[in-house]
Formats: sequence, structure tokens, C-alpha cells
Amino acid sequence: MISIEHVSRRFGDGPDAVVALDDVSIQVARGQIFGVVGQSGAGKSTLLRTVNALERPDSGRVVVDGVEVTALTGQALRTERHRIGMVFQHFNLVGNRTVAQNVELALEATGTAKKDRRPKALEMLDLVGLAHKADDKPAQLSGGQRQRVGIARALASGPDVLLSDEATSALDPETTRQILDLIQRLSRELGLTVLLITHEMDVVKRICDAAALMEDGRVIEQGTLEQLITTPHSRVAAELFPVGEAHGIPGHRIVDVTYAGLSADRPVIAQLSRDFGLDVSILGAALETIGGVQAGRTRLAIPGDETTSRRVIDRLGDHGVTAWEVDPATTGTIATSASASTSASTSTTKAEVPA
Amino acid sequence: MIDVTSPTFWPQLIQVLLEGTWETLYMVGIAMVITTIVGLPLGIVLVGTERGRFLEAPFGSRRLGQAINAVLGFVVNLGRSVPFIVLMIALIPFTRLLLGSFIGTGPAIVPLTIVAIPFFVRVVEIAVREVDPGLFEAAESLGASRWLLVRRVLLPQATPAILLGAATTVTSIINFSAMVGVVGGGGLGNVALTYGMQRYSWLHIVGVVIILFVLVQLIQWAFTLLAKRAGIEPAKRRRVAAAETGVEPVKA
Ligand SMILES: Nc1ncnc2c1ncn2[C@@H]1O[C@H](COP(=O)(O)OP(=O)(O)OP(=O)(O)O)[C@@H](O)[C@H]1O
Ligand SMILES: [Mg+2]
Repeated sequence: MISIEHVSRRFGDGPDAVVALDDVSIQVARGQIFGVVGQSGAGKSTLLRTVNALERPDSGRVVVDGVEVTALTGQALRTERHRIGMVFQHFNLVGNRTVAQNVELALEATGTAKKDRRPKALEMLDLVGLAHKADDKPAQLSGGQRQRVGIARALASGPDVLLSDEATSALDPETTRQILDLIQRLSRELGLTVLLITHEMDVVKRICDAAALMEDGRVIEQGTLEQLITTPHSRVAAELFPVGEAHGIPGHRIVDVTYAGLSADRPVIAQLSRDFGLDVSILGAALETIGGVQAGRTRLAIPGDETTSRRVIDRLGDHGVTAWEVDPATTGTIATSASASTSASTSTTKAEVPA
Repeated sequence: MIDVTSPTFWPQLIQVLLEGTWETLYMVGIAMVITTIVGLPLGIVLVGTERGRFLEAPFGSRRLGQAINAVLGFVVNLGRSVPFIVLMIALIPFTRLLLGSFIGTGPAIVPLTIVAIPFFVRVVEIAVREVDPGLFEAAESLGASRWLLVRRVLLPQATPAILLGAATTVTSIINFSAMVGVVGGGGLGNVALTYGMQRYSWLHIVGVVIILFVLVQLIQWAFTLLAKRAGIEPAKRRRVAAAETGVEPVKA
């Protein structure tokens, strides 16, 4: 549905140039809720803004439902934008116009007849549960309510795609949950494809079907959550399941086990101990419901050498469970945040441990 | 010399003042209307054609946008830096060409308008610059045309600030209109000149001063009211409310 292909964008020239996007490619399937995560300055907003051409890439192209957005200008682009809604972190509502008038702006942009605008706006407000606030000014609403207006406005033109740039970052946790649930419900009901940006892993956990991790303008990982969870050394997965640091235990190998869906129910580890007669200890575990599916990750310490751990990993693979060895030396044992996180990032690229 | 005991003095004084007031209102009113009609679009275009703004490439040409921006910026700055008295004299041939004469209330409108436009363009420029860029982005994301963006986002948001600035503009036009009296324009300036200076009637001067004071107060009050009606930005409203109640505003 959304195909971002080899998109690059730099700001400024010479030595001060910032490469905001560096050959980024992302595919979002129809009806998917796709989350882009990454540190501040990673290029997430820039990426999102190329999808409705608020930002023009230097190279590469963006195709939305077969239409090459990057090639559009003028009226053709405006018409395409009616099919791509966008919500913003700070809502961006016109302060001295009423809630209904804010939504009507979207309808006026599509050329809806004057008499049809208000009924349609009220219908949109009803969809987000705010019809009773139609004639209030945005300043009279709470943050969560304002974002609902933002969503109603974005969806008024009946788009197929919804872009969201940190839509919940200015909201408290409870309101965040409500807005996320609303986005998820609307995406189901209206068949929307959602591309959202966030720096909160909880957002991904709660509503995303797929995700990408960006760093310094590049996509480091991407895939469905299920794929990411079962990808050895995935940083998205590690953040979704924080099992802590990998402390080296003399004479032991450390293995991470991940399971999604049915296999979570199987007593795999108990069976492992029986099969190999090993005294397996659990160093850490995390269990989450991700995309409505139970998934978990367990960090094991297995006595023995590399051959033992290899055999364990192979056996787990037979059970349909993904496991891989973690190198305690590279994940670091001293939990000073900065150095630990940099060494952890090297481990994902360096450690070639067979899965 | 003046003779306050003369039976014709007071009726004459009042008539002269009323006529002068009317002429002043006429000159200032028309000058302000033309100033708004010309200055408002120019101010919007001046900001809009800046890099990264909604009019940076009119008709798809960034070059054209840059050119318009540079020319407008230059003209406005030039207009603002020429002293009014010099502008007024320099405009005499132009006014004569346009209206056939440069003496009287009508012709006085020409220099008044010319001096007010750059001033007002600046007012509009500041007001438009203050509009939250996120709103332009939102309108763009909705596929709104530039015209819609100006009408439904930019103008509603900039109107309060423009109205407050317009009050200052009118006040300075009144100011300049008095000066116009010196070169044959009518209005209260002329009254002060002919009766006050040439016939030493301090009563006329006092009358002119009082009327001008009341006029300026009325205009200030009316425009402030209109600006409030047009809706002060929520943030400002909170600040105002806080100032009135002595309570710190709460971050939304
Ligand atoms: N218009 C611009 N001009 C210059 N540099 C820009 C511009 N927009 C973005 N950048 C730079 O590009 C880089 C990526 O910015 P971007 O806003 O996409 O990051 P982000 O991942 O959204 O960050 P955040 O989480 O803080 O919103 C940053 O270094 C930023 O400074
Ligand atoms: Mg951002």
C-alpha cells in the first residue's frame, strides 16, 4: 500500500550537511499498522513527511496505492493528499475556529458542497466520540479530545492511509491508550493503512502489526512484529522484551529463546532439561501480548560449552522455537547505560551466532 | 485677533471644527480602506514568498517567488524609510497627474495612502509570521489550496494581530493627515494651521487637540474590541486571564 523506495534526503550542504534519510526503503501492506521507531533525529518525521510530499526526497520514490506521490505536483498532489490523512503531535488545530469548522476545512479542501460539510463534519466527530463538542473551540478541549478532532479532520476526506507523527507523545498514558485504541479501531473499521512514528515502544507493542527501527537516517530493522521477535539480536525485540543484561556465568553459555503464538504455551524449557539432563537456569524472562498474540523471550544460562549450546539451539528449532546465543562479553556486564548500549549495538552487527 | 464675545464666534468655531473633523475622517477613512485593500495581500505575499513558505514558488517557479519577495521587500523598506514630508512633496507631480490637482482633501489621500501601505504591510507581515507553522502544514496535508489556506487558516489566525496593528496604522494616518494640512490638504491640521497659527486662536488649537485625542481613543478602543471578537489565541488568552486573576497559566 505504501512503498518507500530508496529514499534519501539531506539538509544543507558541505560539511554541515545532515543526512536525514539514507537510502530508506519500507513496505507497508494494506490495512497494516506500521510503526517507525528510533532516537530523536533519526529521520522519522522526515520519512513520514515524504509520504504526503510535505518533504521532497533528493532521490528515490514513494508510491501510495500505485500512485507515485513523489512525481505529483499542484492539483494532482492536492487530490492525492485527500487520500492520505495526517495527525500531528501538537494537533495543529486552528485555534479561533470551532471544532466542527476545523473538520469542515478538510471537507472544503475536497470541494464538498457547503450544505453537506457540517453534517459530514458532525458524522466524523461522532466517529471519534466528540459530536457534543462540535461548537467548542479547541482551547476548551483536553489534549486527548483535541487529538480526536485531529483524527476526525484527517479522516474527513475518506483517506486510505493515515500518517501519524508522534500523535500520542503529548498525552498522558491513559489518554495515549485511548487514542491508540481509537486509531486501531478506525483502522479496522475503515480499512485504513496506518504509518505511525513514535519513540515509545509501548505504542508499537499495543497496536502495530509491523515496525521499523531507524538510526541516523537508515532503517536498521524492519518486519512484522512476529518476524522481529524471532529475529536473533533484533533490537526492536530486545526493547519489546527487556530481559536485562547478559551476565556471564563461568562455565555457562547464554541463550535467548523467543516464542510467539502457540509455542508460548509449550513447556519447552522443562522438556529441554529432561532431554539433555541439563540444569538450565532462567536469567530473565518477559512475556507480552503483542499484536494480540502472546509472545515471550527467556534468557537461559546453559552449563557446558559451545557444542552444548548449539545442540540446545538446534533442538529448540525443532520445536519451532527461535533461540540464539548471546555473547556476554559484548553485551557487557557493567550496566552503565551509555557504554552498555553502545557495546550492545556492536554486538548485533558483529556477533555471528548461528540460530 | 479673536473675539470670544462676538455672537458669531462660537457657532463659527464649532462649524470649523466639525468640518475639519469630517474632512479628516474622510481622508483617513479612504486612505485606510485603500491601504487595507493593497497592504493586506502584499503583506501576505511578502511572507508567503519566503523560502519554505506556502507561496515560495508561485506558478511553480521558485525564481518568481524570490523575485517578488525581493522587490516587495525593497519597496516596503524604501517606503518606510522616506520621511513623510519628503514623500508628500515628491508625490505632488504624481498626485497632479492622477487627480489633476494636489490641493484639497481628495488629493491629500494619495500621500497618506502611500505612506500607510508600507507601514501596514509590516503589520500584516508580523501577524502572518506569528501564525503557527504547524497550521500551514496541517492545511497542506489536507490538500487545501493556497487560497483556502489563506482564507481559512491564515486570515482567521492573523486577524486579531492585524486589527491591533491596524489601530496603530489609523492613528499614524491621522497624524500624517494633520501634516497634509500644511500643503493645502484639509482637515483638522488645516484648522490648526489657519486659525491657530495665522489668527492666534488658541481655542481652535484646543478644540483640534481634544477631537484628535478622542478620535484616537475611540479607534484604539474599537479595534481592540474587534480584535478580541476575532479571537485572541488560546495561549494569549490564558496569559491575559492569568494576568487578571494573578494565577499562573497551566500548561495544556
Ligand atoms: N527542514 C530541515 N532543515 C534542516 N535540517 C532538518 C530539517 N528537518 C529535519 N532536519 C534534520 O534532519 C534530521 C532528522 O530529523 P527528523 O525530524 O526527521 O528526526 P526525527 O526522527 O523525527 O526526530 P524526533 O524524534 O526528534 O522528532 C535531524 O538531524 C534534523 O535536524
Ligand atoms: Mg519527529
